[in-house]
Amino acid sequence: MEAILGNQVMFVIFSAMIITFSILTVTSKRILRAATFLLFVLLATAGLYFMLNYQFLAAVQITLYAGGIVVLIIFSILLTSHIDHKFDPVPARKLIMGVITAGSGIVVTLITLLSYDFVPNRQEPIAVNMKTIGNSLLSYGDNGYVLPFEVISVLLLAAMIAAIVIAKRKKV
Amino acid sequence: MLFEGIPIEYFLVTSTIMFFVGVFGFITRENIITILMSIELILNSVNINFVVFNRFLFPGQLEGHFFSLFVIAVAAAEAAVAIAIIINIYRRFNTIEVDNVDEMKN
Repeated sequence: MEAILGNQVMFVIFSAMIITFSILTVTSKRILRAATFLLFVLLATAGLYFMLNYQFLAAVQITLYAGGIVVLIIFSILLTSHIDHKFDPVPARKLIMGVITAGSGIVVTLITLLSYDFVPNRQEPIAVNMKTIGNSLLSYGDNGYVLPFEVISVLLLAAMIAAIVIAKRKKV
Repeated sequence: MLFEGIPIEYFLVTSTIMFFVGVFGFITRENIITILMSIELILNSVNINFVVFNRFLFPGQLEGHFFSLFVIAVAAAEAAVAIAIIINIYRRFNTIEVDNVDEMKN
């Protein structure tokens, strides 16, 4: 009973962090603060993955998202913006349109979600350890993901070359 | 199990709110980097959905787990290319507000 209460407290903390900081990310007037709030959102998401017992995914989330993408974003902010620059307030028409779109989306999705009856499956959970993950990533057939794995590696190579080619200074 | 006592709907409500906050930011922001941050929020909420469905509805398989792994990899590639484009735009127009970059419109 106490363990369940602890889980619920932990979940409430993580999801409150996610919701608050994601709202702050899209409303903050200073761009570097927005990037920091995004970092907190991503870390809280990693916490949710830990709660769901996917430790490998949580580690990937922390290293790749929080360590890689946020650093890349901050790097490009420092290259392209003035730190003390504050955004102008959003025009009223745009703000109203955004609120209407997001609000109606939330309402429709939540109504659908809460009226659907999810049936939790009682099949035996697989232990998600490194051995299972490595075997699945490099095997084919049932529970094998070698094709998307190879496609992703080619995509990463292509993105790396493309980033270099695009950002390179043109020779005059 | 750390998720015992928490119904699946709670996770899904959290990720729904996160998704639409990202949509809101995508519509209202004018700086390209903040738009990119909104896209990251959207991708992240989709990842939570994949993982939660995997854990609660199909615990004997790992489809959702691996799909969110691949989504994270695609998001990393996307961020790298987007930032190269942003730096290029900054060199050419000296600004990264989307409203000022409309040369191809005319």
